[in-house]
Amino acid sequence: MPEVLAEKVESMEELARGVFRMRIKSGYIAEEARPGQFVNIKCGDGMEVILRRPISICSVDRDKGTFDVVFQVRGTGTALLAQKRAGDMVDFIGPLGKAFHMPENPGRIAVVGGGIGIFPLYFLLKELKGVSGDIFTGDAFLGFRDSASAIMLDDFRQLSGNVFISTDDGSMGFKGTIVQLFGEKAAANGYDLVYACGPAPMMKKVIELADRNGIKCQVSLEQRMGCGIGACLVCACKTKKEDGWEYKHVCKDGPVFWSGEIILED
Amino acid sequence: MQEYSNGHQVDLTTRLGTLVLRNPVITASGTYGFGEEYAAYCSPSSLGAITVKGITPLPRLGNPVPRLAETPAGLLNSVGLENPGLEEFINSYLPKLAQLDTAVIVNISGFSLEDYSLMASALEEHSRPKNRDQARSGGIAALEVNISCPNIKHGGMAFGTNPKSAEAVVQAVKRNTTLPVIAKLSPNVTDIAEMAKAVSSGGADIISLINTLLGMSIDIRTQKPVLANKMGGLSGPAIRPVAVRMVYQVYEAVELPLIGMGGIATWEDAVEFMLAGASAVSIGTANFVNPMAPLEILKGLEDYCRQRGYHSVQEIVGLAHG
Ligand SMILES: Cc1cc2nc3c(=O)[nH]c(=O)nc-3n(C[C@H](O)[C@H](O)[C@H](O)COP(=O)(O)OP(=O)(O)OC[C@H]3O[C@@H](n4cnc5c(N)ncnc54)[C@H](O)[C@@H]3O)c2cc1C
Ligand SMILES: Cc1cc2nc3c(=O)[nH]c(=O)nc-3n(C[C@H](O)[C@H](O)[C@H](O)COP(=O)(O)O)c2cc1C
Ligand code: FES
Repeated sequence: MPEVLAEKVESMEELARGVFRMRIKSGYIAEEARPGQFVNIKCGDGMEVILRRPISICSVDRDKGTFDVVFQVRGTGTALLAQKRAGDMVDFIGPLGKAFHMPENPGRIAVVGGGIGIFPLYFLLKELKGVSGDIFTGDAFLGFRDSASAIMLDDFRQLSGNVFISTDDGSMGFKGTIVQLFGEKAAANGYDLVYACGPAPMMKKVIELADRNGIKCQVSLEQRMGCGIGACLVCACKTKKEDGWEYKHVCKDGPVFWSGEIILED
Repeated sequence: MQEYSNGHQVDLTTRLGTLVLRNPVITASGTYGFGEEYAAYCSPSSLGAITVKGITPLPRLGNPVPRLAETPAGLLNSVGLENPGLEEFINSYLPKLAQLDTAVIVNISGFSLEDYSLMASALEEHSRPKNRDQARSGGIAALEVNISCPNIKHGGMAFGTNPKSAEAVVQAVKRNTTLPVIAKLSPNVTDIAEMAKAVSSGGADIISLINTLLGMSIDIRTQKPVLANKMGGLSGPAIRPVAVRMVYQVYEAVELPLIGMGGIATWEDAVEFMLAGASAVSIGTANFVNPMAPLEILKGLEDYCRQRGYHSVQEIVGLAHG
């Protein structure tokens, strides 16, 4: 059950230029949140931005009763959020949305993330590893703009069998898109399930590759939000229906969907 | 302050003609889903009434995304009346709404006079409480006629910007229902008083105002409109002074009770609308920011009246006049 909470910021860390990890005290979120879910955060107190901003839960620490979000400064809301310091209060609603499917027996798993899409995938790998322990071998495919924006690599290395990295400019890892890299490995590595989060064109290609190789696939979608709880119908996304299509809503029916449910447009 | 704060009870009962609410705080159509979504944060039983999302005769998919752009102290939306349609609403949503311990206002939209007549008569059949338990809450408490939606191409606002057709729509609904009829006015007109008089002669029992203001936002990087629908309806604190002015003008133009809305986010805002002439207030966009806003507003309103020695919240209605 999501709740409206006001809690203390425990720490703020700039992971790369304009990308911040905010650790927030909240036993409730630490206990309740599942990978793929998000919190809807009030970024400022004034009138500069009035709507909350959706940010994925990147990890939880159930012992300490904290959770992390990692966000990139994009506009006014995230810029205000970046000004918070340890000890400040932050107001949020969560945990919101449908979580990733957690298989009982994970088998061969891959996660494919582009840019800010990698954060919910980290929580997912952490939970999968927590359930299956050492026998878990998930591969992470992480795409970044350049080496300066490549973050959380060590965190992913601790959880994943292999970490594959691509950068647009080739300054680290494979030069090109993360989808190209995933395409090269998808067939040979025999994955059972792939999870993707990132820009829509990237996810579209991951879905095509998954279909072609008989891999089950879940994606996490992004859409602008008004309420975050299913009341305003702003966050529509096209989904398949027997006789055509309909709109579902990312905040409530998603953000996680099976690839076969949705119709992605560029 | 001492002499005023004597801790007396303030009567919150709000009479809008024959529509009697337990208090003057309502939630606005399209911002409150079908009553379930916010129930965990703000119990419907503590509200005067809830207004459900606009219903049309047939289901509507709504507009393509993006449907939202945030602007200074407000937001533009172009949801485009996405709704399950009349039949599905009656079968799947109304039974659940009838369980809620609050007055339910059903917001209806159409594309022709026949659409409005049809919806009014179909809903009329379901307006009666089914048993004694429902007598206080169940069924439908009132119909709100949306003649002011800026987000659909035909109908909607077209009815709300021409006095003759606004009057005709209200008349059509009135002929087909025994429920109190609320006419919801569009602010996208030159003379709001003229529109109020038109719906009043059409037989409206109550007037609610304002719906969203038609607006637009352009992304200077892509050099294209932000909303897929290009234009949308502006809501939130940005529109509040316009709404207060219109409530003030309509209060002077007609005798009908008014429901005021447009950017109400705090109890102070609600008091302002009531002083301008609103007997009740509706909370829209503020729900997105603070799901507990309606409760906090109600509490503030009550405290304001108590501290100033009023025995009924209705005593402050229209005090800004004369
Ligand atoms: C379910 C979900 C999870 C998300 N998780 C993360 C995360 O973990 N880390 C992270 O950095 N970002 C995440 N985002 C994106 C984040 O919400 C947006 O970057 C943020 O809302 C931008 O707000 P702003 O005020 O800074 O920018 P604005 O000035 O509002 O806009 C700047 C740009 O961001 C885009 N944008 C605005 N609002 C949204 C929105 N609600 N969703 C997507 N794009 C938007 C616009 O297209 C615009 O070009 C997530 C979005 C969703 C829907
Ligand atoms: C997302 C959204 C959807 C809306 N949908 C409807 C609707 O279906 N019918 C209607 O009469 N008004 C609709 N409105 C208008 C509101 O009911 C209200 O009149 C307006 O937003 C002004 O109030 P506010 O500033 O408090 O939001 C909608 C507003 C928003 C923001
Ligand atoms: S953001 Fe309001 S319904 Fe999804």
